[in-house]
Amino acid sequence: MPRKEIDLPYRVDHLSILDEEGKLDSSIEPLIPDEVLLKIHRTMILARRFDERMLILQRQGRIGTFAPIKGQEAQIGAAAVLEPDDWLVPSFREMPAELWRGKKMESILLLYGGYNEGGYVPEAVNNLPVAIPVGSQTLHAAGLAYAIKYRKQRQIAMTFFGDGATSEGDFHEAMNFSAVFQVPVVFVIQNNHWAISVPRSRQTHSKTLAQKALAYDMPGLQVDGNDVLAVYAGAKEAAERARAGGGPSLIECVTYRMSMHTTADDPKKYRTEEEVEAWIKRDPITRFQKYLTAKGLLTDDTIAAVDAEVQSEIKAAEERWAQQVEKALDPLDMFAHAFAEMPPHLLAQKEELRQELAGRKKAE
Amino acid sequence: MAKMTMVQALNLALHQEMEKDDRVIVLGEDVGLDGGVFRVTDGLIHKFGAERVIDTPLAESGIAGFSIGMALYGLRPVCEMQFSGFDYFAMHQMESHAARLRWRSQGRFSVPMVLRAPCGGGVRALEHHSESREAYWAHTPGLKMVIPSSPRNARSLLISAIRDPDPVVFYEPKAVYRAFREEVPEDEETLPIGTSQIVREGKDITLISYGATLHPTIEAASELKEKHGIEAEVIDLLTISPLDDELFTASARKTGRVVVVHEAPRSFGPGAEVVARLVEKAFLYLEAPIRRVTGFDIVIPLFQREQEYLPGVYRIVQAVRETLNF
Ligand SMILES: Cc1ncc(C[n+]2csc(CCOP(=O)(O)OP(=O)(O)O)c2C)c(N)n1
Ligand SMILES: [Mg+2]
Repeated sequence: MPRKEIDLPYRVDHLSILDEEGKLDSSIEPLIPDEVLLKIHRTMILARRFDERMLILQRQGRIGTFAPIKGQEAQIGAAAVLEPDDWLVPSFREMPAELWRGKKMESILLLYGGYNEGGYVPEAVNNLPVAIPVGSQTLHAAGLAYAIKYRKQRQIAMTFFGDGATSEGDFHEAMNFSAVFQVPVVFVIQNNHWAISVPRSRQTHSKTLAQKALAYDMPGLQVDGNDVLAVYAGAKEAAERARAGGGPSLIECVTYRMSMHTTADDPKKYRTEEEVEAWIKRDPITRFQKYLTAKGLLTDDTIAAVDAEVQSEIKAAEERWAQQVEKALDPLDMFAHAFAEMPPHLLAQKEELRQELAGRKKAE
Repeated sequence: MAKMTMVQALNLALHQEMEKDDRVIVLGEDVGLDGGVFRVTDGLIHKFGAERVIDTPLAESGIAGFSIGMALYGLRPVCEMQFSGFDYFAMHQMESHAARLRWRSQGRFSVPMVLRAPCGGGVRALEHHSESREAYWAHTPGLKMVIPSSPRNARSLLISAIRDPDPVVFYEPKAVYRAFREEVPEDEETLPIGTSQIVREGKDITLISYGATLHPTIEAASELKEKHGIEAEVIDLLTISPLDDELFTASARKTGRVVVVHEAPRSFGPGAEVVARLVEKAFLYLEAPIRRVTGFDIVIPLFQREQEYLPGVYRIVQAVRETLNF
């Protein structure tokens, strides 16, 4: 038998709709209602301003370490294709998508301000809490999608993770399970070029991350991750396919982490200012604003008004945060939610702590 | 002699061992250019190059399994888990292979690797960044588990771990990383793995601890002396497994009373093993029930409640006084 090539019907597309100047390729402009476009814009601004505010709060010692999202606001384009009862399975850099999906800013502040209570997800929303162990949450999305299929629901699951996460075994297992069982899940890679100090090029020898889909025989698409229209269009295609029983997809959003990895990181140690400058020119928000302005949906004045509104929303959220902190002051609540029912040894330990705290108070 | 933090002392150990032995390879996430997120591997890449100081892809199971392969070939990999809270990903490789290859090959192969990880709480970090799960490793036949408490013993023990013919899991209490400086001699110094130390002598009660909680334990001993005239003997385990039970049983035979202190959860924790050994070896000398002052059996809370979770001086002093008043 001769050695011959196996015909694999596979290619990786790159999708970009708005160029860096905000100019549109109108032949592929997605049909998005004006009010949705404006809501996306507004949420992008909110995320940018809230991120800036969190950085200040962190520097003042009012919240702890967190992972800034600056530059990755166009992820909202992917979250925007979800229906309210779909599942969002985020990592730790999806604050913009979480805000889109109704996560409350005060709850985010509560979490990064060091209270377990910040992890609470309201019943009405199918968002999983932040997942810090890199790549691990992708398997949960696959399992959720299997359950959706089993229950014959029209929902889908969408999971977000970074370029670094594609090196973890969990990611590959999630891709494989999803393809084997043809479940309705969308994998969204936020390729922000860095995993702390390790560049994308050292994470994998592959030219793209989208091509990882090839091995699992699922559609893989690379999009300009700072072009919210391209992110939306790519995600929409994948979500519709998933909903129609077409199985999983992988989308690589090429974006950039404009800020530090976390507030404990100093990027000067491993990357150049020039690189950051070049990406600032590709800011997802400026580009989208140019598009919306050209479309007649925004003016300089309305942009300024949105900015002012989100600033006061943030302020109001901070006030609610302060109220929630008041309610979270009891240290004994560290024992809450350990199990559905507290076993005797934990009741005893909680009592121990109660007595200790009372004793300490008396001693003071 | 220079005064060093634990981070600097560990860095010194790595520099010196790499200089001396070209089998030593450092690998992990961000250990190269970034020098590790806590800077323990700072500067190594400039001195020894990217072939010996490897920024790996982001995969802990990969890092551990890859290290096992290197060690099987005769190298001495020292791999870093960025935080101990992420070493669960590596556990399967360590348990299934690192810990067993000597046994499985009936002596033909061995895995002389070190798996380092910053452990413990107290630094106001995010979830998964404050954990103390040394018991998992100590419970694994075939692994050694070491936790230093000071710059000087960290340096000496890391060198011993690198030279050890078997796999060593080496936890570094991150609360101690930069908490204080200590004289660390320039000349190489080692400490045998499996040996504990008396850090303060006393006749009334034995306090046994290790890692970060050794420090509040010593403070408690001072307070007990000053305020209550109680003379506590303090023992630093240094190695969790294999556990040196000679020193603390001898001490318990002398004092008759024991309190064990660690921040890991209490149930099935290292303290449980210490108590079991005491019951086996010093039962007839004990004059009061042994107390465990530990973290609670829950996920360590986020940082606002962390200090109430961690065993502090007050909790230790109380336990000692109750033990003495028994
Ligand atoms: C399993 C695991 N290992 C290590 C870490 C520490 N860590 C946090 S984020 C990160 C880099 C993640 O890179 P990437 O997946 O590209 O996401 P990004 O941070 O760029 O959003 C690392 C190593 C972790 N959180 N989880
Ligand atoms: Mg990244």
